[in-house]
Amino acid sequence: MKEALPKARRVAIIAGAIALSQAFATPALAQLEGNVFIHDPSTVVLSDGKWYTFGTRGGGLVSEDGWTWSDGPVRPGGGVAPDVIKIGERYYVAYAVGGGGLNGGHASEIKVMWTKSLDPGSPDFKYHDVGTVASSDGIERNDAIDPAFLLADGRLWLSYGTYFGTIRIVELDPTTGQRLAGNDPVDVAIDMEATALLYRDGWYYLLGTHGTCCDGPNSTYNIRVGRSRDVLGPYLDHMDVPLLRGGGKLVSAAHGRMIGAGHFGLIDLGGGVEKFSLHYEADMDRSGRSVLSIEPLLWRDGWPVGGSNLTSGTYEIQSERSGNALQLKTDFVRIGFDARRSFMANPGDPVSPLPDQSLADNSAVWPDGTIRADLSAYMVRPNQHWTIAPVEGAGGYFGAPYYSIKIAGTDRALAVTADGGEVETVPRFTGGDAQLWRIDQLTDGTYRISPKGQPSGNDTALVAIGTSTASLNRFDPTSDAGRWRFYPAEPPR
Amino acid sequence: MGGSDRYCKAIPLRQRTCAILALILYLPLPSQTAAAQDASAPPPLTESFAAITESPLVPDDDGFIRRWMILEPIAKPNPTNTVFTGKYVRQALSRETYPGDFDSIPEAGEAVRGDQALTWHALDSKLWDVRLFDFAQALGKPKYGVVFWMVTIIDSPREMKNVRLAVGSNSASRWWLNGEVAVELFDDRRMVVDDVLSDRVTLRKGRNVIRGAVINGPGLSDFCLRLLDESGAPIRDLEINFGPSRRPA
Repeated sequence: MKEALPKARRVAIIAGAIALSQAFATPALAQLEGNVFIHDPSTVVLSDGKWYTFGTRGGGLVSEDGWTWSDGPVRPGGGVAPDVIKIGERYYVAYAVGGGGLNGGHASEIKVMWTKSLDPGSPDFKYHDVGTVASSDGIERNDAIDPAFLLADGRLWLSYGTYFGTIRIVELDPTTGQRLAGNDPVDVAIDMEATALLYRDGWYYLLGTHGTCCDGPNSTYNIRVGRSRDVLGPYLDHMDVPLLRGGGKLVSAAHGRMIGAGHFGLIDLGGGVEKFSLHYEADMDRSGRSVLSIEPLLWRDGWPVGGSNLTSGTYEIQSERSGNALQLKTDFVRIGFDARRSFMANPGDPVSPLPDQSLADNSAVWPDGTIRADLSAYMVRPNQHWTIAPVEGAGGYFGAPYYSIKIAGTDRALAVTADGGEVETVPRFTGGDAQLWRIDQLTDGTYRISPKGQPSGNDTALVAIGTSTASLNRFDPTSDAGRWRFYPAEPPR
Repeated sequence: MGGSDRYCKAIPLRQRTCAILALILYLPLPSQTAAAQDASAPPPLTESFAAITESPLVPDDDGFIRRWMILEPIAKPNPTNTVFTGKYVRQALSRETYPGDFDSIPEAGEAVRGDQALTWHALDSKLWDVRLFDFAQALGKPKYGVVFWMVTIIDSPREMKNVRLAVGSNSASRWWLNGEVAVELFDDRRMVVDDVLSDRVTLRKGRNVIRGAVINGPGLSDFCLRLLDESGAPIRDLEINFGPSRRPA
């Protein structure tokens, strides 16, 4: 791989893009809203009730809900591609000065500073310089940019580097942010930049970006991963190809209108929901600019995999607990069928298709007003099919928009009961908070369905509390009761 | 009943001999005769139940309520369970169809006068579930096309909020807590643990009356019921006591 643009030009281009970002493009549904224009976003962290990410140069973004973003505070130090980690009371910020092909050179320093708050309005907001923790001399086969922190088992690690040579790891002192005395860098990968480190279930994961940066809709950026039992490697991919020889299992790539996935950052929201921040080199609905994105992170067979938000459509909503389908709790409507004739028929008797049950037939027994929802065996019936779509203007939470969930072909919407404890349907969707739902993909690929109004830490969700009963309950990430699958269903005829 | 039971449950039939049905679907079956029943020698009531004792009973290790006052089955012929929609069951199992005073507690041995001479039995199930089919069969009562009414009294040491009644029944059933409908199970269904749960309800300190009715056409009749707390855990610090409450006022 070869960079399409040297990092110096990237910086200039990105700075210009950020300066122009006040004129926001019309947000597309199922994407973040507000000012999402950023390149090389740092790991998203929470400080003083708001979420922060910083990009190349000094600018950053801030959000209260992980969905709508605005201009954030300026980070001192400038440079490129910072990372942030909170350890104890301190937010350590690492950033690179120089390198990245700046003026054709690769001499660079990675500097660290810390502050007790990222909010400039806080009395704890004050940056303290730690100093340089890694560097490249411009001659060696390394370019010390794109730092990324990992705190695991009490030890603080920093990966860095770009396509000019190797990715390296050094160890820092978690109490000071300084490089441990006598620690030497270790080469762990080639053909990568914008790395990130994860630790999970005894494995260290080195994620990084392959492909071409900074060329808008022509950027081939994509996120790859290898893993090792030792933080210093060797990191291998799923085919046992060493990352030091260019291996890397795909985590996330272009999809839909989003091109050039890069710069992974883990966001562990707790409760079984893990997401990751990244930038797309080009959002085709936003003039091909580089934008922040937040997407679900799945784990399959010990490997991180990029997930996806639920797309608009009509679905069966299946409980992972019982396998039963969420449905309107209405009287069962039979399809006309002569069981005796069927069983007595001869094998050679002619057959013909039976029509699906129509919405009109099924809804003939529905009462007016609210109708409760329950679970039953999936029968491909109209009272079991839900049309789900993001609600424009309703916002969202950490990369997932708020959705309406309606019985297909109707305006009857899933809602929280007035007492807040149960789930029902209302005859008309009004857009009220009680009718808006978060649908977060969980690490196993199933989904959690939560009512709007879930502040951080509140884990109420739609839960199958019985084989045939759904309610709003505390979400337990160790149980299947709050996990749901969505299977596409034919719209009602 | 074996694998053919699924056919027997759904398809209108006059008789239930499912093993035979698997071989000769829809051929006319001979009436179930007294001689045939004698030959099959149904298990005695003590197979599944025991007479209650003076001592209160506590829920079993999994929280199931095993002590019940059970009325002998009311014959209500239904050749199929597919009729058990919500509308049908609410009409069939209601205050109005309850055989007696809905707000009083029956006593063991109390007879219900009406078209059918029926008696209440106070029993402890030996199992986690309550096998109504075995109850009817042992007493020589109708087993198919029947309605069973049950009552029990839960003595709670304190007020408990956010409790759920968790019920499984074969087939449909309705359940009242202290006179209010708490859980309803409709359609042709088999008994499984924690099938349908009530909304959050409050157990009073002291006596709480749970009253229920199960309706079934063909097939086994049975139910299981336990109380779960907010976390879904079974509630066990209760007494099931048909006598005076032992709790201090």
